[in-house]
Amino acid sequence: MNTLNKETQSDIEELLPWHAAGTLSRRDTQRVEEALANDPELARRYEMVREEFGETILLNETLGAPSGHAMEKLFAKIDAEPARKQATSFNFTTRVVEFFASFSPRTLAYAGSAAVLAILLQAGIIASVMIKETKTTGYETASAPSTDPGVGAFTLIRFAPQASSDDITKFLEANKLQVAAGPMPGGLFKVRVAVTGLPKGELANIVKKLQEDKVVGFIATAD
Amino acid sequence: MQTTSDEVLIARIAGGDRLAMQVLFARHHVRVYRFVLRLVRNEATAEDLISDVFLDVWRQAGKFEGRSAVSTWMLSIARFKALSALRRKPEQELDEETAEQIEDHADNPEVALAKKDKAAVLRQALSKLSAEHREIVDLVYYHEKSVEEVAGIVGIPEATVKTRMFYARKKLSEVLKEQGIDRGWP
Repeated sequence: MNTLNKETQSDIEELLPWHAAGTLSRRDTQRVEEALANDPELARRYEMVREEFGETILLNETLGAPSGHAMEKLFAKIDAEPARKQATSFNFTTRVVEFFASFSPRTLAYAGSAAVLAILLQAGIIASVMIKETKTTGYETASAPSTDPGVGAFTLIRFAPQASSDDITKFLEANKLQVAAGPMPGGLFKVRVAVTGLPKGELANIVKKLQEDKVVGFIATAD
Repeated sequence: MQTTSDEVLIARIAGGDRLAMQVLFARHHVRVYRFVLRLVRNEATAEDLISDVFLDVWRQAGKFEGRSAVSTWMLSIARFKALSALRRKPEQELDEETAEQIEDHADNPEVALAKKDKAAVLRQALSKLSAEHREIVDLVYYHEKSVEEVAGIVGIPEATVKTRMFYARKKLSEVLKEQGIDRGWP
């Protein structure tokens, strides 16, 4: 019995080797499985593919392995190479790659939530500023509190991977902090701690205090 | 325990980390060797070539952009090296008789059939495929590469990958038939 038209069967049949190896996309896997369930002739041919698959692996496994000298030869060649410049950009790239690779999917999901939250916070800040500006009818001096995101005292914060979006919201509200920019490479956010510039010592004290909060993974002063 | 990903190892290698190179080599050299051996059919040449392949990985790690898996990238390098070696030293290419001695220690077809060892005959038939067909069969079945990855390694369109695999399998059936096994396909 052949319930598939010829063209579809041909398309599906071409995919059988990848189905056996488990390297098809989810969509194609579903197509192949449905076709196999409805077409006994295709299912019979799939059994042939599975035999080929098994024997190809066995054949390759009997090919043996290179001798222990292979690695020696490689490192002799590497030693003969000109000394490599330790470019700082490589080190930074490595750190960024390792930073993201070290996160579990759940942690990455939290980080994603934190990033979304930060964007929403920024949108909220901008909206509230615009509303306030439209309400202002009187004269405002140049020394009035600034809402310019470039003015004030700032820190760079990376939130702890285990911190939830609720934790971060509460932390920002409790400490009257505003997210000014981010996320930046390394998951860092630029956070405004005061609307005016602060002496270095005072800013350092704020950083020290904020550092104790479990929501904060990393914090440093920023220009 | 979480193992260091190949991508992280490549980033470290780009920074000159020899230990990362050792780990990557230990992880992949056997598969790369087997892939090369199936192409060049000479163990000494294959062994020389893998050190060249990994030397290229050492040199080019900083340029790796992560558009493909590291293993796919290395197989592309390996393929290029193997084909270059075959072009450079055609005298090293083995004749079919010698090649068969290396690649298959199973019984000859008649003896195998007498033993009703269909699997051994199938392995021998796999060895008799052309280099082009062997390569694609190995990449799909042994190296578990997707259609897209095979296209990247071999440098052909995805549609050609599928048809080449189909014809490789068809040829396999023909070889089997010559040896007394009729699979009823194609």
